[in-house]
Amino acid sequence: MDILSLFVTLPVITILVLVFAKGLKQARQIAMVGSFIQLGMAINLVFAYFRERAINDGIMVFTKDLVWFKEFNIHYNIGVDGISVALILLTAIVVLAGVFISWKMEELPKEFFISLIVLSTGVYGFFISIDLFTMFVFYEIAVIPMYLLIGIWGSGPKEYSAMKLTLMLMGASAVLLVGILGIYFNSNADGGPLTFNILEIAQVNIPLEAQKLFFPLTFIGFAVIGALFPFHTWSPDGHASAPTAVSMLHAGVLMKLGGYGVFRVAMFLLPAGAMHWSWFFIILSAIGVIYGAFAAIKQTDLKYINAYSSVSHLGMVMFALLMLNKTAWNGAILQSLSHGFMTALFFALIGMIYGRTHTRDITKLGGLLKVIPFISVIYVIAGLASLGLPGFSGFVAEMNIFVGAFQHDNMFYRVATIISVSAIVVTAVYILRVVGTMLMGPVKNDAYLELPGATWYEKAGIFLLLIPIVGIGVAPLWLSDMIMASLQPFIQGVL
Amino acid sequence: MNFSNFLLMRHEILLLVITMVLLIAEIFIHKDKKSSIVHLAIFLFGIHTAIGFFPVEENSLFGGMFHTNAMIHFFKNILNVGVLILLLQSADWLNEKIVGENRGSEFFILLFSSLLGMYFMISAGDFLMFYIGLELSTLPVAALAAYETNKRISSEAGIKLILSAGLASGVSLFGISMLYATSGSIYFDSIAEVITSSNLTILGMLLFFAGLAFKISLVPFHFWTADVYEGAPISVASYLSVISKGAAVFILMILLFTVLKPLMHVWENLVYVVAIATMFIGNLFALRQQNMKRFLAFSSIAQAGFILLGLITGTQLGTATIVYFVMIYIFSNLAAFGVVQAISLQTGKENMDDYEGLYRTNPNLSLVMMLALFSLAGIPPVAGFFGKFFLFTAAASKGYYLLVFLAVVNVTISLYYYLLVIRAMFLRKSDHAIPYFKNKLYMRLGLIMTVIGILVLGLYSPLYDYIYQLSSVFN
Repeated sequence: MDILSLFVTLPVITILVLVFAKGLKQARQIAMVGSFIQLGMAINLVFAYFRERAINDGIMVFTKDLVWFKEFNIHYNIGVDGISVALILLTAIVVLAGVFISWKMEELPKEFFISLIVLSTGVYGFFISIDLFTMFVFYEIAVIPMYLLIGIWGSGPKEYSAMKLTLMLMGASAVLLVGILGIYFNSNADGGPLTFNILEIAQVNIPLEAQKLFFPLTFIGFAVIGALFPFHTWSPDGHASAPTAVSMLHAGVLMKLGGYGVFRVAMFLLPAGAMHWSWFFIILSAIGVIYGAFAAIKQTDLKYINAYSSVSHLGMVMFALLMLNKTAWNGAILQSLSHGFMTALFFALIGMIYGRTHTRDITKLGGLLKVIPFISVIYVIAGLASLGLPGFSGFVAEMNIFVGAFQHDNMFYRVATIISVSAIVVTAVYILRVVGTMLMGPVKNDAYLELPGATWYEKAGIFLLLIPIVGIGVAPLWLSDMIMASLQPFIQGVL
Repeated sequence: MNFSNFLLMRHEILLLVITMVLLIAEIFIHKDKKSSIVHLAIFLFGIHTAIGFFPVEENSLFGGMFHTNAMIHFFKNILNVGVLILLLQSADWLNEKIVGENRGSEFFILLFSSLLGMYFMISAGDFLMFYIGLELSTLPVAALAAYETNKRISSEAGIKLILSAGLASGVSLFGISMLYATSGSIYFDSIAEVITSSNLTILGMLLFFAGLAFKISLVPFHFWTADVYEGAPISVASYLSVISKGAAVFILMILLFTVLKPLMHVWENLVYVVAIATMFIGNLFALRQQNMKRFLAFSSIAQAGFILLGLITGTQLGTATIVYFVMIYIFSNLAAFGVVQAISLQTGKENMDDYEGLYRTNPNLSLVMMLALFSLAGIPPVAGFFGKFFLFTAAASKGYYLLVFLAVVNVTISLYYYLLVIRAMFLRKSDHAIPYFKNKLYMRLGLIMTVIGILVLGLYSPLYDYIYQLSSVFN
């Protein structure tokens, strides 16, 4: 078994073992061991990637190609570059943290962990696929467990949120399907065979008319899961209703599928379409950035604040991708990673606070710093990372994005960039407001004086997420190096 | 008739023999062991199914009236497997409700006669054989729909089915007569040579299409579907929605792709419009259904709309994707009907509300239902996804991107109502959920076979390649 296929087979094995688990204890232990091995494999993959890249200058390394459906030229074709390796590492960390955070999942624990791991299987498979068909299959596998995860274990209007999320994401994937078919049937434009292979299609000059037609379909198909304005409405409701670990995985990992797909499929395969349409999607993503930030100010529910903050941050990812230059792209990938860790941490902390106080309404909370200092301090750190304080991952990412964006000396780009940059200030407002009202000040409810501190598994989850946030912030170069090298084929294709 | 001819008609003759054996066997069965007729029927049909898998060569009989080749043979095998699963799922119902009234063997005789009609219909080499097959496949089903004689709704279903089916075959026959009038022959091969797009031919084709559209329940000929499914015994509804529909799709495809190929510029527009209407109407009506049988009825109308996306192509790719999809659809729908059957037999409950909290009491049954619905909705990694994806690919290969777009919109709509059932089973908790029960052996076997089909048929790609190779015969 090659190093990449293990990433999808191990979760399947974990699931098969989980089927025979009895009770919460066994289920969580199996899930933890499985995710732990997965994280070990991901870390190993990073080192293996650096070693392999020294001797192999292909776009993708560790490739493996098996024919699946011969008549359609569908292959099980896998491989990774620096971007996917980084995202796989993100996934492994967030999944393990999610398992820790769900340590006390009393209701149907076995089913919960199975669904969680099915979701992660889809995500891993998505990141390692080079074949569009396989990629699409894994995409849908990643999305559908969300329905059960939110619907069964969620809170609030969970049935509504779960249905809305599933329908919007599956609807988007349906649109994406048309885009993929369009790409597939134009992949013989240079006289070769029809193919789903991304690397082969990238070599083909797809006719301009087809690119113009199918770029928006492919872009929107992926951008919905990346919460592009105005297709973001599933995300706040979904996050708010989801149980903690699912919010973490959802915002931390699943939404990254959008940016990755947009980049790897829509922009890489349809570069002329990207040029043609970029102005339109730049406007949408700039609106998303600023709208998400302002919407977050008005919220009082902690989860809604973070959900809208995600809309804003991921709008920045789309925005940076559409800037079509290397610095901004580097920033976009870094922002994806940074947001993944940070948001997962936020949701984990919110879950802990909610689990103790039974409310997420910031107007009812106050003075938590005095009662649960550990959780509160981490919350402050996560907040500072979110608003882009130097020393944390968010700063590196946003710095890159805006430096890259400002390289365009065109008026339109300048205005869009300035609007997007201003969101940073708004971010500071909503983050500091939460810190002020929720953590500082008097304790508003006497019952809160007795709140217990963080348990070992909660701390384990927190540190898993905190380390990379600080790590990327302090030493971003190795990661930048990994990403930059992988951007080269995109540069050649798009610019 | 020599031995090699016998081999060509193996399916038909064996089934006829089985039907006769069952007819006689009932006389000898002791009245305390009436249920042995069910065991006997399942056993014989199992052997029949197994024998069917031996290969057959391509040839014609009776001067071209009866025609068979590897593809037709393969399709008969699919139908056989479907009916076998259906028999397994119906065994308990037959034992409990039907055999006691001495009506066990009639059920099988009617069912097998109808299946025999389908064999002849898809093996037809001329319109006469086709028409005989069509009638033989329809009339017994009307009797079966009215089989629960103590229920008024069942008799209503029988009457509705026979009236609409009679009208449909009449219309179809009228169309055939026009085709005969313009071409001077009823043999498919001869018609294909001389057919031109005169007005009379096109009218004939339209009427003929309408007749088959009744059987496939395409819009606007779908009105009988929901009422008949609701009233008929579940086994019969299941038979109508998978076996009967599958066979009709197959023969329609053969005729459009071979005999009526010169009229393709006409029927592709027709199929385009009917596909859109069928998908939308089937899906939108399914949204509000509470009764599981009606729900599956509208869902199966919508599924028929998706099949038309392969039909519109007229290519080998279209043939392969249709057969592949129909095969997967048979397994998926049988799984869904099987669960409805099991629950209805145990508790008499058939409404979606009754399924609330089912997962907590009957997890296995709920999981089967979930797989079936995911397969119908087209969610990977279960088979239905591959079936739908390939159908859409077929339509896109001819440049029908708008049609594919409308189809994927419908996939999303359909996902909503399939999720409603999943919501009831998994998300809801209920104080009066259906209590745990254990299915009997036959039912379990029937459900397990469908689950294996749903899980394996999509992921196992050589099967599709095999079908694709077989499909070359019609193009």
